[in-house]
Amino acid sequence: MGIQTIRPTRRAFLAGTGLVIGLTLVGRQAGAALIRGVPQDVQGPHADLNAFVRVAPDGTVTVLSKHLEMGQGPYTGLTTIVAEELDADWSQMRVAAAPADDDVYKNLAFGLQGTGGSTSIANSYEQLRKAGATARAMLVAAAAQEWGVPASEITVVAGHIRHEGSGKDAGFGEFADKAAAMDPPGDVQLKDPKDFVLIGKDRHKLDTDEKTNGKAIFTLDVLADDMLIALVAHSAHFGATVKGFDDGEARRIKGVVDVKQLPQGVAVYAEDTFTALKARAALKIDWDLSKAETRSSQRIYEDYRAEMKAGSLEAGNKGDVDGAFSAEGITSMDTEIVFPFLAHAPMEPLDAVLMMAEDGSIDCYNGSQFPGQDKAAIAEICGVDPAKVRVNVQLAGGSFGRRAQFGSPYMREAAAVFKASGMKRPVKHMWTREDDIRGGFYRPIYLHSIRGAIDRDGNISGWDHTIVGQSIMNKDELDGTTVEGTADMPYAIPNLRVVAHQPKLGVPVLWWRSVGHTHTAFAVETFLDRLLDRAGKDPVEGRLALLKDAPRHAGVLKKVAEIADWGSPVPEGRRRGVAVHKSFDTYVAEIVEVSIGEAGVPKVHKVWCAVDCGVAINPNVIRAQMEGGIGYGLGAILFDAIDLGEGGGVVQSNFDDYRSLRINEMPEVEVAIIDSTEPPTGVGEPGVPPIGPAVANAWRQLTGQPVQRLPLASGPIA
Amino acid sequence: MVTFTLNGTETSFDGDPDTPLLWVIRDAARLTGTKYGCGIAQCGACTVHVDGSTRRSCVTPVSTLEGSSVTTIEGVEGTEAEAVQAAWRAIDVPQCGYCQSGQIMSAISLLQFTPNPSDDDIDGAMAGNICRCATYQRIRQAIHDAAKTMEG
Repeated sequence: MGIQTIRPTRRAFLAGTGLVIGLTLVGRQAGAALIRGVPQDVQGPHADLNAFVRVAPDGTVTVLSKHLEMGQGPYTGLTTIVAEELDADWSQMRVAAAPADDDVYKNLAFGLQGTGGSTSIANSYEQLRKAGATARAMLVAAAAQEWGVPASEITVVAGHIRHEGSGKDAGFGEFADKAAAMDPPGDVQLKDPKDFVLIGKDRHKLDTDEKTNGKAIFTLDVLADDMLIALVAHSAHFGATVKGFDDGEARRIKGVVDVKQLPQGVAVYAEDTFTALKARAALKIDWDLSKAETRSSQRIYEDYRAEMKAGSLEAGNKGDVDGAFSAEGITSMDTEIVFPFLAHAPMEPLDAVLMMAEDGSIDCYNGSQFPGQDKAAIAEICGVDPAKVRVNVQLAGGSFGRRAQFGSPYMREAAAVFKASGMKRPVKHMWTREDDIRGGFYRPIYLHSIRGAIDRDGNISGWDHTIVGQSIMNKDELDGTTVEGTADMPYAIPNLRVVAHQPKLGVPVLWWRSVGHTHTAFAVETFLDRLLDRAGKDPVEGRLALLKDAPRHAGVLKKVAEIADWGSPVPEGRRRGVAVHKSFDTYVAEIVEVSIGEAGVPKVHKVWCAVDCGVAINPNVIRAQMEGGIGYGLGAILFDAIDLGEGGGVVQSNFDDYRSLRINEMPEVEVAIIDSTEPPTGVGEPGVPPIGPAVANAWRQLTGQPVQRLPLASGPIA
Repeated sequence: MVTFTLNGTETSFDGDPDTPLLWVIRDAARLTGTKYGCGIAQCGACTVHVDGSTRRSCVTPVSTLEGSSVTTIEGVEGTEAEAVQAAWRAIDVPQCGYCQSGQIMSAISLLQFTPNPSDDDIDGAMAGNICRCATYQRIRQAIHDAAKTMEG
């Protein structure tokens, strides 16, 4: 091959003589501009047996996933559920993202299409079993009619439709069209779980192959003909607005196409990414901070301490808490625990590609967690009918909650960028890592203040708990996410009170992998551990004694103690800590083995984990989510804080000062899954909450000091 | 004008010589397997091979590559590459998958220099590659598995 000239832009490229290399042409018939990306609802020879099951003439079955694949495994899990009731062979199964449709593809737990709260498997289980069983019944009915035999004599095994009497045998493809024309049965018989063939066994993930050879397409990889790259300059202060700006220098950079002011900041449009980065850096912007949040994190902590004296919202109050603390002979203990803001920092920062077709309709390519809301936001901002907006859901490079925003504030920015561009050329709007770390929508700051009482007999007799933090749902009344995991703690403590304060703050906040449990599990499990210690009780036995009415909590705790051989000798210089917590209806217990590592930071050697998530659809994915949840949570409790400095600007900006766990810091993780016939529940988040308190409980034994401030690397309480 | 070899093909780039290799690969050559993650050589998502060693393409100006040979995930091949990718598939290492091109490029390079790495070798070679999904346990296992298959 001869010399090839590659130039920084598509236009220059076309004008040159070089060869175009590495293109994957995936065009939709209407919009010819897409070069690389995964459009939805592409017409083909397949037959739709229902909204979730599509059968092609070659016999392949495609499951339309109403849930976003961001690493947590729904593509494989939902496909497994359908394949099980369809009696398909695993090798014929495929998966694709469902189109945006808040009715057909709603999350049955939310009432609109959305992925989050570890609900994908839980809300889809019955629905997709029925979808699979219904499709199977329609294929059988079609075969029965074609072959002139009773449907009851037809069997389906591993993708083969058979009639023993006549010896007829066919694949799904041969009857796909005919089946699609059949009336779906009103009611279908679902399998007895003991007859499951696919569910419950390790299964490779459907998206693994393309994620090992660079072929997986994420939003950042979407390419369109003549596409602009747009970046928005945001303020370092939340709530700041643009007073004025000078774009003279930026516009002089070759390849800069335009600069526009938006409600969110100032957008630059360029022919390629590097030019856009240079142009954004060259902007001189005068920010109006008059309505901005200017308090530092330190000041917010102080304000929150003062807030504790103000009127509160009651989350739970049982027994006689004041009486418990004034009883004779009690031992009391109290603590304050400080939790910082946390950024989600998914590997792929926020991004979206928007393009207008010749008929005025808009295609959006995005790893969308709430595609219906995103569609509405685009329609509103770009001024088009929602029916003329298609949200093509792409694989997402992680999320951890970041892409799940009610009201779609990120998509509003992307749509504003597109609208301001004139909507003539496709626009890829991307955030840099700095935009991501400094972009808000953090796990809120929380302050916990807890008092505990131990009676003369060594029993925990009172628990008085106050939580201060922004309402994630922006509620004036009690927000369940502020207190989840506290007032409903499983322990048999007779006198328990939990109150919350939800001050307003000018920092946008959001759920962060496991939401309220990120702080409540830490507070409850570390303080309980101290009370048990004070009462002279073993951390595992002491908890089990308080979990007599919580069999599934007790079940995972016993299991983890068994696999860790709790009570056996621990190597010199190491200590063990334990924690158990239920979140999103999944029960997880973890035991950790920790030593004092370099720079006085905990070194976590090993984590044992037991999980009860009901029926285990795919143990391979469940173990992966426990491993990953432990690593994600561990990085945060060891290293991570977003701080507002003096004047309110965000201090951190990238992975150099917002640390991520690295491979040398990852403990070995061993996971046991409880056998269960309960309905399946989620696994994306529940592995996270126990790791922080388990490590802190071991750390307290190593150092003699309780952990009252996170991250652990920040040292003792300020 | 900078001329270098990209996945075996002689390639010239006549844009801004300061352009990081990452954006030449992604925007100009349209090879999107190599990812942007941080832009400051902290996460390793942009890892490629330059003249047989790993390089963070996000901080490598294309002007420094005159006469060099650049390999991306799309062009990587050979015993180590096959062993690593097969091992990755066998135990389903990826979760979201976004960082995995960079992880795999680092792992291949490790095995090219150290065919039978210890855990410490793996830490040393892989600590520059962040995975926010924390697939590290499986990355470590897959590297050991790949080393075993290479032993034959």
